[in-house]
Amino acid sequence: MTASRVGDSPARVGGFGRVTGAQQYVADLHPADALHAKLVTVDAAHARIVSVDASGALALPGVHLVLTSDDLPQPVPRFGPQNRDRPVLAVGETKYHGDPVAIVVADTVDQAEAAAAAVRVEHEPLPAVFTIEGALAADAPLVQDPSLREGQALAQTNVLNEHEVGWGDLDQAARGADVVLERRYTFPMVTQFAIEPHAWMAAPDGDGIVVWSAIQHPYWLQRMLAGVLKLPLARVRVVAPDPGGAFGGKQHPKYEPALAFAALRVGRPVKLVLTLEETFQAVRRAACDATVRIGLARDGSICFEDIRADYLIGAYTDIADRVVGKGSYVGAGPYAIPAVRIRGRSILSHTVPSTAFRGFGNPQINWAVESTLDEACEALGLDPLDVRLRNLAAKGQPFIPFDTPCDGDWADSVRKAADMIGWGSPMPEGRGRGIAVGIKSGPTTGLSTSIVRLLADGSVVVYAGTSDMGQGARTVFAQVASQELGAPLDWVTVVMGDTAVVPYDQQTSASRSTVLMGNAVLNACRDIQRKLAAMAARVHGVEAGAVAVEGGVVRLPGGAVLPIADVVAASLGRLGGEITGLGEARKEADPSHPLGGSAAFFEFNCTAIEASVDEDTGDVTIHRHVTVSDVGKALNPLQVTMQDEGAAIMGLGHTLMEHYLFDDEGRIRNLGAIDYRIPTSMDLPRSLESAFVEHEDGPGPFGAKGMSEGALLCVAPAVGAAIHAAARVRIRDLPFSPERVWRAIQERDRGEAGA
Amino acid sequence: MAERVAIELVLNGARRRVEVEPHHTLLDALRDDLALTGAKSCCLVGECGACTVMVDGRAVDSCLVLAAEVAGADVRTVEGLAPAGGGLSTLQAKFLEHGAVQCGYCIPGQLMAAQALLETTPQPSDPEIEEGLAGNLCRCACYEQIFDAVRETAATAVVEPRAPAAAAR
Repeated sequence: MTASRVGDSPARVGGFGRVTGAQQYVADLHPADALHAKLVTVDAAHARIVSVDASGALALPGVHLVLTSDDLPQPVPRFGPQNRDRPVLAVGETKYHGDPVAIVVADTVDQAEAAAAAVRVEHEPLPAVFTIEGALAADAPLVQDPSLREGQALAQTNVLNEHEVGWGDLDQAARGADVVLERRYTFPMVTQFAIEPHAWMAAPDGDGIVVWSAIQHPYWLQRMLAGVLKLPLARVRVVAPDPGGAFGGKQHPKYEPALAFAALRVGRPVKLVLTLEETFQAVRRAACDATVRIGLARDGSICFEDIRADYLIGAYTDIADRVVGKGSYVGAGPYAIPAVRIRGRSILSHTVPSTAFRGFGNPQINWAVESTLDEACEALGLDPLDVRLRNLAAKGQPFIPFDTPCDGDWADSVRKAADMIGWGSPMPEGRGRGIAVGIKSGPTTGLSTSIVRLLADGSVVVYAGTSDMGQGARTVFAQVASQELGAPLDWVTVVMGDTAVVPYDQQTSASRSTVLMGNAVLNACRDIQRKLAAMAARVHGVEAGAVAVEGGVVRLPGGAVLPIADVVAASLGRLGGEITGLGEARKEADPSHPLGGSAAFFEFNCTAIEASVDEDTGDVTIHRHVTVSDVGKALNPLQVTMQDEGAAIMGLGHTLMEHYLFDDEGRIRNLGAIDYRIPTSMDLPRSLESAFVEHEDGPGPFGAKGMSEGALLCVAPAVGAAIHAAARVRIRDLPFSPERVWRAIQERDRGEAGA
Repeated sequence: MAERVAIELVLNGARRRVEVEPHHTLLDALRDDLALTGAKSCCLVGECGACTVMVDGRAVDSCLVLAAEVAGADVRTVEGLAPAGGGLSTLQAKFLEHGAVQCGYCIPGQLMAAQALLETTPQPSDPEIEEGLAGNLCRCACYEQIFDAVRETAATAVVEPRAPAAAAR
C-alpha cells in the first residue's frame, strides 16, 4: 500500500468507467418518468416572430407542452454571465440562426421532434449582420435593443464594448524603429465541437428544482437559475456529471432556464440533448480581424506594438466581451516592449453567441501579432528565434507594467523548442520552419473550497466542485490528497459535480483548477494534519506540537514514524468517527486593475513547426510539430503531455481546416460533421513532440502553474511562418485550406513572372 | 406510428430478444431499449465514430444501421470488452496506461474500432492503425496515445476473434 506522489503518472481516477462504458454522461441518464424536449427554431439569422401556432403540435400523440416566451413570467427573464441580455426563449424576434422560439415536451424523442416540426412559426426575415463590416456599416440594423443597454455610450451601435490598454510613448518609441510594418490578419469563427453534444435534464424537486447539466460552472448555473426562477439557492440543485469534452463551450448556461420552466410546468423530469448541428448553433469562438503595427530595430528589439483587434461576437453577450477584454489584454505577447497600445472591440452580430473556447481570445490576436513580428523579422533579415529570445521578458520583469511580473524562465521553453526542432539545421528540400510563442493570463479572480474527510481506516473522501471534463482534475486532486494523507490512490474518492453535496467552486476555466482547487484540497489536507497531530499527541500523552503530521506520515517524539492509517483509528478514540478538513484558495479581485484582477499566473508556450506545401494542390504537410510549455511543476506528467498534445492538435484544426461558412442571409451552411472538419487520425503531424519546463515557480501545489491552453496559442503563427519559409507565400487569413494556399501560390507565381 | 418489430440478436455473447421501432437505429435500440449506453451519440451521420460497435466482427457506425437489420447478428459493444471475470482487457488497460483517455466520450467507439482492427489485422502497421481509426474523432486529440495503446496491445496480447456466436435466427 503506497501513496501516490505528485509528479507520478498514476492510472487516471475515473478511467475504469471511461473504458468500460460505465461512465454516465448526462445523455446516458434515463429516469423512467423522463420526458423529452426539442427546441423550435426558424431557418433565418434574424426574423420577426409574427405568430406561433402550437395547436397542431399539441394535437400529436404524446405531446405535453409547447412553451413559448408568452408562457413565461413577463417581462421574460433574461440572463447572462456578463449582461443579462439573453431571454429564456426568443421575444419578438430571433437574433441568430438557431435562436429558440419555443421548446416542446413529449413522451419520446421521436414525438418531441415531430411536435417541434409541427409548431407553426410565422416569421418575417429581417436584415442580418454577420460580418464585422456589416455590423459596423452606418445603416446596419442594431442587434440589441438600446433599451437593454441603458447608460452605455455605444448603445446606438453594434459595438458592445471597447477595451484599451497600453503603456509608454508610441511616437517616441517609433523613432527607434528601423522598420515599421502594419499588417491585417483574420481568424474565422470556429466551434468547440466537444464530441458530447450539450445535454441537460431538469426535474421538480420538492418545492425546488434539480438540473443536470454537462457544465463547467455548476455554481454559476445554480445562481443564475435561482435568479430566473426566484428560488433560494438551497432549493436549486445542479448535478454536473463529467462533461464529455467542453473546451469552454460548456462554461455558461444556454437553454437550461427554458428547460427548467418546462419541467416545472409538466411536473416531471424533462431531458434535452442537442444534436451536433444544434451545438454548432449554441457555441462558437469569436472571429477576429486584427491590424497590427510593429516597429522593430535592426538589433532585433521590438520598439512598439500598436494593435487593433475587432472580435465578431454573437447576438447575446454570454462571456464574449470578457473573452475580448482578457484576450486582447495580453496581445502584445510575452515581451518587454517600451510602448504598447491595444484596442479590442466586441462587435455584436446576428450570429451564434460566441463564448469561451480554449485560449479565450488569445489565439486570435496572437496569430496576428506573432505573424506580423515574423514579417518584420523578414524585412530586416533577422532570425525569428533570435528576435524572440532578445525581447522575452525576464523572470520578475513587470512586462505589463500594472500586472503580475513575468513568472517563468520563458527563454528556457523557447530554447528547448528550438533545440528539439533543430532550428537552423539543414532540412529536406521544400520544407520550411516557423517558430512562435504565446502567453495567456491565468485567472484574475477565484475562489475554490474543498472538504476532505479522513475516514477511520485511513481512506479519504475529497469534495471538489471542479468539473472533470477530460483534463484529469480528479486524478490530480487524488494525488495531492494521497501524498498528504498517505492513502493509496484507490483509497481516495473524489466527489464532484453536485451543488447539494460539494462546497463552492467559482468555476472550471482559465486552466485554474490545479492551482486554485489544488491549493484548496492541499489546505484541507493540512487542516486534517493539524487536527490529527493534536489528537495523536493526546493519545500518546505528549505535548501538542511534539507530533508532526506531514507527507502522509505521523512523526512521534522519539523518532517513530507511522503511516497515518495506523494512527487515525486510535486517535479518534472510542466514539470513532472521522477527521474533516476544510480548505480554501482565493485569488482576490483588484477593482483598479483593467481586468479586475492581476494574473494568478501566465501560461507560456513555444511552438515550432516544420512544414512543406504541395504546390499543385495547396495541401500543407506538417512534418514536425514541437510544443513546449512552462508548467511550473507537472503534478502528473502524463496528463500534462496529454493536455499539451491535445491542445496542439486542436490548434491545427483552426489553422488548417475549421471555419463556419454562411450563406448570403447569415445562415450557417456547414452545420455538422460532414461539412465542418476537425483533425482526425489522418490529419496529424508526421511527428508531434511535446516537452515542458519545470522550475516549481507557480502558485499552485508544489509550484504548479495552470496549463492546458498554452499549446494552442501559437500554432497558427508557427505554421504560417513555416509555410512562408517553405513556399514563399504569406497567407493572412485562416484556415490554410488547400484552396487558399493554392491560390496564394498562383498569385506568387504571377507576381514572380511579372517581376 | 408503425408497429414495433421484434428481433433476436446475440449481444455481448448473450441471446437477447427486443422490440424496436422499425425506423430506429441500432444506436437507438442499444441506448433506449437495451439499456446499454456505452455507445455514444454525436453526429448521427457516420462521421464521428462515437457510436462504433461490432456487428459480426466488423466495426460499424451504429447510427447508420437500422436496428431491424441486426436481427440474427452478433453485436458487441464496449460493455462486452472486459473479461467475464472482471478487470479490463489488454486493450482497455493499454488505453489507460498510455493516456489515451481524457473526457472519455469517444473512447467506447475508439475501443470497438481498435478491437475490430486487431481481430482482423492482429499485427497492424502504423498506416493500418491510422486508417483503421480514421473514422473516430477525438476532440481531446489523444490520437497518438490511442495509436500507442493499439500498437502495444498488438505487441503484447493475442487478440483473437471470438468464436462465431450461435445464430440467433
